[in-house]
Amino acid sequence: MHAFVVYTISGLATGGIFAITASGLTLTYATTGIFNFAHGAIGMIAAFAYWQLRTQWNMPTLLAFAVVVIVLAPLFGLGLERAVMRRLQGTTEVTKIVVTVAVALGLVSLALWIWNPGTFRTIRPLWSGRVIVWGPVRISWNDVAVLVLAGLVAGGLRILLHSTRIGVAMRATVDDPSLVARNGSRAVVNARVAWVIGASLAAMAGILVAPKLTLSPLPLTLVIIDAYAAAVIGRLRSVPMTFVGALLLGLANDYGIGYLTNIGAGQQYLQGFVAAIPVVVLFIALLAMPTARLRGARLHRTTELSYRPTWRGALLLAAAVVVVAEMLSEVLSRGDLFHSTQIWGLGLIGLSFVPLVGFAGRISLCQLSLGGIGAMVAAHLGASGDPLALVAAVVVTAAVGAVVALPALRLSGIYLALSTAAFAVALDRWIFGLPPFTVFGHQISLFQGGSLQFTRPHLGPLHLGGDHAFFVAGSVVFALCLLLVVGLRRSDTGQRLLAMRDSPAASATLGMNVRSATLWVFTFSAGLAGLGGALYGMGLQSVDAGRFDLFSGVTVLLAMVVAGISTVGAAVFTGFFLGGPSLANLFPTLTQLTAVAVASAAVGVGRNPNGIIAAYLRPQWDAVVRAPRLLAGLLGGLAIAYALRLGGVLDNWGWVVTSLVLIGSALAIGQLVAAHHPAGPPPDVTHPTVDGPAERLAGPVPDRAVELPGAPRGRP
Amino acid sequence: MAARESVDGHGGSPTGAQPTAPARLDLAGVRAAYDRVEVLHGIDLAVEAGSLAAVLGPNGAGKSTLLDVVAGIHPASAGEVRVGGEAVTGMDPARLARLGVCSIPEGRGVFPNLTVRENLWMVTYAGVGRREVEDRAFDRFPQLARRANQAAGQLSGGEQQMLAMARALTSDPRVLLLDELSMGLAPRIVEELYQVVRGLVAAGITVLCVEQFAPTVLAVADVAAVMVQGRITAVGRPSDIAAELAAAYLGGGAKGDRAGGG
Repeated sequence: MHAFVVYTISGLATGGIFAITASGLTLTYATTGIFNFAHGAIGMIAAFAYWQLRTQWNMPTLLAFAVVVIVLAPLFGLGLERAVMRRLQGTTEVTKIVVTVAVALGLVSLALWIWNPGTFRTIRPLWSGRVIVWGPVRISWNDVAVLVLAGLVAGGLRILLHSTRIGVAMRATVDDPSLVARNGSRAVVNARVAWVIGASLAAMAGILVAPKLTLSPLPLTLVIIDAYAAAVIGRLRSVPMTFVGALLLGLANDYGIGYLTNIGAGQQYLQGFVAAIPVVVLFIALLAMPTARLRGARLHRTTELSYRPTWRGALLLAAAVVVVAEMLSEVLSRGDLFHSTQIWGLGLIGLSFVPLVGFAGRISLCQLSLGGIGAMVAAHLGASGDPLALVAAVVVTAAVGAVVALPALRLSGIYLALSTAAFAVALDRWIFGLPPFTVFGHQISLFQGGSLQFTRPHLGPLHLGGDHAFFVAGSVVFALCLLLVVGLRRSDTGQRLLAMRDSPAASATLGMNVRSATLWVFTFSAGLAGLGGALYGMGLQSVDAGRFDLFSGVTVLLAMVVAGISTVGAAVFTGFFLGGPSLANLFPTLTQLTAVAVASAAVGVGRNPNGIIAAYLRPQWDAVVRAPRLLAGLLGGLAIAYALRLGGVLDNWGWVVTSLVLIGSALAIGQLVAAHHPAGPPPDVTHPTVDGPAERLAGPVPDRAVELPGAPRGRP
Repeated sequence: MAARESVDGHGGSPTGAQPTAPARLDLAGVRAAYDRVEVLHGIDLAVEAGSLAAVLGPNGAGKSTLLDVVAGIHPASAGEVRVGGEAVTGMDPARLARLGVCSIPEGRGVFPNLTVRENLWMVTYAGVGRREVEDRAFDRFPQLARRANQAAGQLSGGEQQMLAMARALTSDPRVLLLDELSMGLAPRIVEELYQVVRGLVAAGITVLCVEQFAPTVLAVADVAAVMVQGRITAVGRPSDIAAELAAAYLGGGAKGDRAGGG
């Protein structure tokens, strides 16, 4: 009984913190329609800032708290609205998610950069030391204060949203921003208020929760996942329901910690589970949501268009991948070549996003985690070098993907993203860390106590143990998968997936089974991710579970979106960018640079949701292909550069830079040529048709960006 | 219209002091485009202060775009819009609303997730106090009073249109822009709503409304215009315009309209 009271009080206090953070999240979502994945990261930065003020600069506790929560965080929210969030109006859910995730990643990198992660830091609770004695129970004054603060926040938000005009206008903004303006209220002002208050609440929660965890960026940022569950219980709309949900979650969390860890049997299996409780609650809350009605396409004109690749272009790309892989394997140093083997695994995991997110418009944040499952299978079954282990990795991961998709079929948009994130976190916090267990007499150790060991396969007489052989073989597998996805895009199934993305309701009324198509694409993508995870592991030969966590997975998604999530070329970019040796070699001291670069690029995605390939690269490349002499010159130049490299005249960087300069000038010349000899309708022609404006990408040759089925494009 | 006295405390907006003097609405050479596709090819239209002008035309003629340009929702690529002689081209919609341009978009201009009362609260941005807005709205539409605390999304189509019209009734606008008021509503309700509009005109408000469905609005309009493919092809008394309409709907090429390259 005594223990029960203690756990209840501390559980309510934990719930209070969840409530503060979740209601901030709900506020910004309800006002702007943007689910802020960076909410936790803002709290994390705030906790660090508070530590800096309080511990380093010896500011009084409450003053430091006030400076962060009332001054710094609102300023940050203001800047965030101005620099990033405002541009997200009218973009798709994927873009919104990716951009806020990018902000989160950027903040984590920033924190790691400013505050050396090697130093151990702690924050003391705001009101530490004082205790209320109530019979045999001692209650921490801090817990009570947190609970009261949470109640004040919930009450204040309730009053703001329902009893003030600006609050009502903030809720109205989600319904119809242009109607808000017609009423004479400024949508921008309303959104700004929401971001300011949201950032302030995130900061408050971050400072309050930090004493319960260590003061390090990732755990503090991921605490937000726990608060998502509360926000989802409140349907991302109702502040009171969010508050109740947060308290229940806090109680479940602290009872779990209190009681589950006292059970004698199976203790080692439950430890990870305790950390995963909020995620499990989130999953259940999502499943209990009423099924979203199929919605037709919103009546806005989409700026995100899908390109139908040609076989010729796809074959060229696939061939180029293999040729470049062979070239690289000749010239890279041993260490670089070894690390570069991860290009193909990461590229495949990036590729697995293309059918799912790019074609079908279903957001998954667990593709890399599924890759982790593929890696586990490959490590366990492929110990003898049997290539069938790869097949098994595909099959098992596809099956797991289907199982994950089954409950997720009813969800879409932000809810689907959250449930896949919950799955990723559950794997990471619990399943991957499970100690060995025995099934039917076989002892199974999922992650072999921390890191998986791989044997590279052999195909009959072909041994892929060496880095060179494995690297080239990996490129071949990757290139084949590229062609597979291009084939999918060009097939009827690909058309159906796109139709489903554009309008689920219209697809259903045309007789499509939306659910089975969704299940199918989840399974297919999971299989690709499983293969990617297996190759990733085999390349590096030893990987730990941390490589498959949610944040790494989201980085892959970011890179894909930056390049253009619906194009297979994006997977090539992702593989080379995240797996290649370039960035780490260039700036060895700035390990965070990759993440920062991807994050800042992704923040720019709001402007150009089709990605850089569709916007710039493809139209320019098309111009080069249309000028045969230019293309021949480019290929010749590249061959000469490679010859110079082989001859030792150029070093690796000289070769890469020369090649890039050659490609860049060819693209520029192609533009000039195209400008002087337009090979189609001139770009500035207007079409005075009544059936709608011309489709247009940001690229300079807009009329060629989209190909209608049945109208094969003829190239000279 | 003495209601202006009850302007709420909300910062002395520039319109607060202005009397609701009738304001004429002028459009001169207005052009507008979506991306590079021009949909309004130079619209000239003058609506006398305190009169009701109806613009009629087939689907896709650019009527809604025309209203959006006046309301500041869509930018004009050329030309000028004047309210009461003052150029308002390029002003943002919130500012225009506070200057007394009330626009009710196609398809029920209400916030479905807000209650009826909260919807009316949003009206107060234009300058009239909250109590005044509610009193006037509930007085004119007693049905809304019974549903004051229900979400607007739960109202019937007619009730939603009443709620949208309540904004025009209670915010003392100088110019009212109505887009397809009749869409999806029973003829009886449409007639009732146009009687309300007529009452507003009588009180000195300048009204520009746009319709595909002609008879009801022609019966109440002071002046009517036909719009086809982004051009005004005829302007005149409503009775004269009725004849023009047949050509607009049947041929897609009323006189004066160059056949677009469709």
